Amino acid sequence: MGQSLDSLFSGYLPVLLGAVVGFFLVFSALVATRLLAPFSAEREKGTTYECGMLPLRRASTNIGVRFYLYAILFVLFDVEAVFLFPWMLSFVELGAAAYYQMLLFILVLGAGLAYAWKKGALQWR
Amino acid sequence: MNGEIFGFEINIWLDALARLGLAVGLMTVAAMALIYLERKVIARFQQRLGPTRTGPAGILQSPADALKLLGKEDLRPKNADPWVFELAPYFVFVPIFLVFVAIPFAFGWQIRILELGLLYVLAVSSINIVGWVMAGWGSDNRYAMLGALRAAAQGISYELPLVIALVAVAMVVSLPGDVRGSLNLGEIVTEQGHIPYIVWQPLAFVIFYVAMLAELNRTPFDIPVGESEVVGGPFVEYSGIRWSMFFLGEYTALLLLSLLGAAVFLGGWAWPLGETVAEQNEILGVLYQFGLTAAKTGFLIFTVFWVRATMPRMRVDQLMAFSWKVLLPLSFAQILANGLVLVYGWPDVLLLLASGAGLVLLAVIIDRAVKRPAERPGRPSGALEGEAAT
Repeated sequence: MGQSLDSLFSGYLPVLLGAVVGFFLVFSALVATRLLAPFSAEREKGTTYECGMLPLRRASTNIGVRFYLYAILFVLFDVEAVFLFPWMLSFVELGAAAYYQMLLFILVLGAGLAYAWKKGALQWR
Repeated sequence: MNGEIFGFEINIWLDALARLGLAVGLMTVAAMALIYLERKVIARFQQRLGPTRTGPAGILQSPADALKLLGKEDLRPKNADPWVFELAPYFVFVPIFLVFVAIPFAFGWQIRILELGLLYVLAVSSINIVGWVMAGWGSDNRYAMLGALRAAAQGISYELPLVIALVAVAMVVSLPGDVRGSLNLGEIVTEQGHIPYIVWQPLAFVIFYVAMLAELNRTPFDIPVGESEVVGGPFVEYSGIRWSMFFLGEYTALLLLSLLGAAVFLGGWAWPLGETVAEQNEILGVLYQFGLTAAKTGFLIFTVFWVRATMPRMRVDQLMAFSWKVLLPLSFAQILANGLVLVYGWPDVLLLLASGAGLVLLAVIIDRAVKRPAERPGRPSGALEGEAAT
């Protein structure tokens, strides 16, 4: 147990360090630009980019509902993809029953996709 | 507990840091080189010369650009959400950088061989969509918001075919002792010493390649960053070095996904004869393996540039339909066909036959879609209420 925990730690240590290194790469670039680039707080520079006029309201309103439809579908299929990973590593040893169980699972999801397709949820408009 | 690098035994913390340092160097050089090469290649396709003024044949163009960007004022719009706006570059760049950890370059030359390397790569690389949405949301700009939403919709739609195509290949990996299936990128590459997996799984490769173009927001899938529609997408309000962080992330992602494709489908450093040469001469072998990785990755990257020079931008409804109605069912069919062949222990040729049949089907679908007379891109908005009634 101790040994495997050690190897797990040494395996994923670069992930932890990589996050820190990546953070400092961006951070150091921002510090460098603070030192090198000119800064002046002018009112007009802080306005939102638009075609020459000031935007009327904040931008973060009225998001089309179709984005949510795709997001819901994505969550369903992504959870399914998560199930696929442990299955693909072990189904050959587990034998034909494991394969047909996954077949059933995918067919149920496929029926869901077909239903969404028929309802027009996959049609962008 | 000690690691080893260049034949010296060192502390694992230092070992990991040294390897990460090499990755940072590779990434910086590669990103600059890729920006230069893309401009040159695209210029040649369009019968121009590309950058010529800075240094011999313009090779100093990218460093010059980097210096210029460093000296530009870093603006933040007054209406922007300060935290979300400031943190977005980190969320775009750091996940992409983390993918380096699991990528094998040559035998023994990687940061770490993770047991679940493929799962790790897929999990980490998809976080950067969050960064895109943060950039769009935080900027408080309509163009940025629209671009971010488009990026999110496209990113999640093509994530699924990408994941499932890679699972299809990982199923096929045959390890010693009749074990099938591995997510360890080191094992996946080593097992391709004789035949790369593109031979067994051509359909999975095509699906991976298309989904890779979409994940990278490259032409023909560049509607989130289309200049003529959303003037650059989520990054409109970013300037100077902060903007270049997104660009660096984009080119690093191009490099890493091409490296992943080369490792999983084209045999990485192992095919052809990677191990045989290494047995003859250790140093020559490592150089040869690096050469193989670089050649395959370079070829994939070149085809990405090539596609950009050839294809027009896709329409959004075509883009979503292609992912959900064509690629997703086909990739599931690929998984089920692979599973059937593997669970009954049928000969591997059947994998190729099933995948090849799927590839022909994909070609027929695309051919029919291209030849169909153009239709109008859907009803005007407000049709959703009508939809609910049907």
